[in-house]
Amino acid sequence: MPARSPYLPYLLIAPSILFLAVFFLWPFAQTVVMAFTVDGQTSTGNFARMAADLNFWPAMGNTFALVIVVVPLQVALALTMAVMIQKMTTGRDIVLWIWTIPLGISDLAAGLAWLAILSNNGYFNTVLFHLGIISGPTGWLSYETPLTLFFAVVVAEVWRATALVFVILVAGLQLIPKEYAEAAEVFGASPWQRFRHVTLPLLKPSLQSALILRTVLAFEVFAVAYALGGRNIPILVGEAYTWMNANQNTGVAAAYAGVVLLVSLASTIVWLRVIRVRREHLP
Amino acid sequence: MADIQIDRIVKAFGTVVALEEVRLDVPDGEFLALLGPSGCGKTTLLRIIAGLETQTSGRVRIGGRDVSDLPPRRRALAMVFQNYAVFPHMTVAENIGFGLRMRGDDAATVRAAVGRAAELLKMTPYLDRYPSKLSGGQRQRVAVARALAVEPAVLLMDEPLSNLDALLRLEMRAELKAVLREAGTTTLYVTHDQTEAMGLADRIAVMEKGRIVQIDRPAALYRHPRTRFVGGFVGTPPMNFIPVVAAGGRAMIGPLAVQAPVRDGPVLMGVRAEDLDLTDDDGAAPLMVRVTEPMGSHLLVTGEAAGVTVRAMAPADADLPAGRPVGFRPRPERVVWMDPESGQALEMRA
Ligand SMILES: Nc1ncnc2c1ncn2[C@@H]1O[C@H](COP(=O)(O)OP(=O)(O)OP(=O)(O)O)[C@@H](O)[C@H]1O
Ligand SMILES: [Mg+2]
Repeated sequence: MPARSPYLPYLLIAPSILFLAVFFLWPFAQTVVMAFTVDGQTSTGNFARMAADLNFWPAMGNTFALVIVVVPLQVALALTMAVMIQKMTTGRDIVLWIWTIPLGISDLAAGLAWLAILSNNGYFNTVLFHLGIISGPTGWLSYETPLTLFFAVVVAEVWRATALVFVILVAGLQLIPKEYAEAAEVFGASPWQRFRHVTLPLLKPSLQSALILRTVLAFEVFAVAYALGGRNIPILVGEAYTWMNANQNTGVAAAYAGVVLLVSLASTIVWLRVIRVRREHLP
Repeated sequence: MADIQIDRIVKAFGTVVALEEVRLDVPDGEFLALLGPSGCGKTTLLRIIAGLETQTSGRVRIGGRDVSDLPPRRRALAMVFQNYAVFPHMTVAENIGFGLRMRGDDAATVRAAVGRAAELLKMTPYLDRYPSKLSGGQRQRVAVARALAVEPAVLLMDEPLSNLDALLRLEMRAELKAVLREAGTTTLYVTHDQTEAMGLADRIAVMEKGRIVQIDRPAALYRHPRTRFVGGFVGTPPMNFIPVVAAGGRAMIGPLAVQAPVRDGPVLMGVRAEDLDLTDDDGAAPLMVRVTEPMGSHLLVTGEAAGVTVRAMAPADADLPAGRPVGFRPRPERVVWMDPESGQALEMRA
């Protein structure tokens, strides 16, 4: 048999590289060029204009606040759910299936569903009204109630995207041989000690993937917030959208996109550092 | 006091019955070896005692306390797993100290106990290594050290030395025996290796297909197997079983008449290789030599007699080439008798 060509692997990945180049790298390069171009001239003017914009710092603050509240909440919830389902024997598949339904719903649809629940005449208020807690239509999502609007977005995001973390953690838990938990149990570890000293350390790789993926996606939060609050809760991607559509200024929109990219990259690096996965410490 | 009482334990995995009404009493401080072929249910029994598997029926009592419904951590025992289950994310020292840390011993106590256990198993040079950087035998020793470090009253070991080389195994065996005797640990020790069982155990329980078929002191088990299976399984080479017909207290193997103090009819004469005297007398039972294997201290002679394979031992310098006919005489006081149908030992007539 002839020796295998050393070029074969490259040949095989060429189509995907080409695909990425055309549909990702090229638009990415264009975005960078756009962000640094004002009236056909290279300049940092777009960034200056972005930073001076009234909504920039609130958008930055809201986006970070959402990430800081939503991601830990989702990971904690998903971890609890994943450990719980691990213990189930009957009906496990059904629960797994129900918990992952939100994965199949687009974020805009999810946002609209929560709008139907939380709007002035929505289901939530109807229930509160019947319980006698409120006396008439009450707004939760206006610019006058930034805190409830914020938490409405948090609730909708948690509902919508926890399943993603959950699925990754369930897969990760299944990869851990059960002999370790058994050994821990025989040697006197309580359920909490078992989780803390055995499950959690062995789950690190999945936890890291889930955190990176979820954090990056959380910085890109848009449709849910937009559906619930419009611009009442300014966020980074929402601002990019506004500059692009309403203001017809692709330069500043590109600058916003650049900022989102940078914080996503930074968060990835943070997670790679904070959760160190050492292959030789895994089964 | 930590004796183990296993009371009619049954374990079925779906339709597979792994344990059928196992009864076993291990008195406090005894070293009991569980010996049996692969798949006979040794690991399953140990896991039920540890609480890692739930029995289909039956009770387990440790130190007089019924632990059948308690989780493993409330049973106050330690275990060496067949597949080691050494934690990959902990160093050797952390692994050995795991049980002590879980029960909240202070750092100095843990360090001292880890040091002692590591020393005993010759793992001191590796204390800071992670298991991925250890050989199979070293990992196994970590698993043993982890169990010894907690100084348990009851210790369950599932083939704990299976992965060590012959010399190290011999050494570890002696160390284990000394330490466990000193501490008075009640030990259940699973092994395939019957020399190990013979050498270590106060008593041996032989299992076959989910049952314990005989429990006895090693010498008694060797001398008086209660079934054909035990005779064949315990001892190398396995016991010879020669079919004869008993009549009036005597049986004939070719020209040789042997005493057969059992019921008349077809019976099996069980006799160990070392209890057959090879001779060239005319009156002896004929044996056609097929293979001779020099074992160092003696020759192992395999041949055919009365239509079955018979193994005997000859002095190391004997001249017994294949194809040579020779004669043998069993030592009458060393013979056991079995029912050829049921494989059970027969009552001897006085
Ligand atoms: N979880 C399980 N599900 C179904 N059958 C099982 C399970 N565990 C063990 N068995 C069956 O039970 C029987 C006893 O198994 P066990 O592991 O106790 O054997 P063993 O004596 O330890 O064998 P070995 O010496 O090879 O380790 C086997 O037939 C095995 O296939
Ligand atoms: Mg086994």
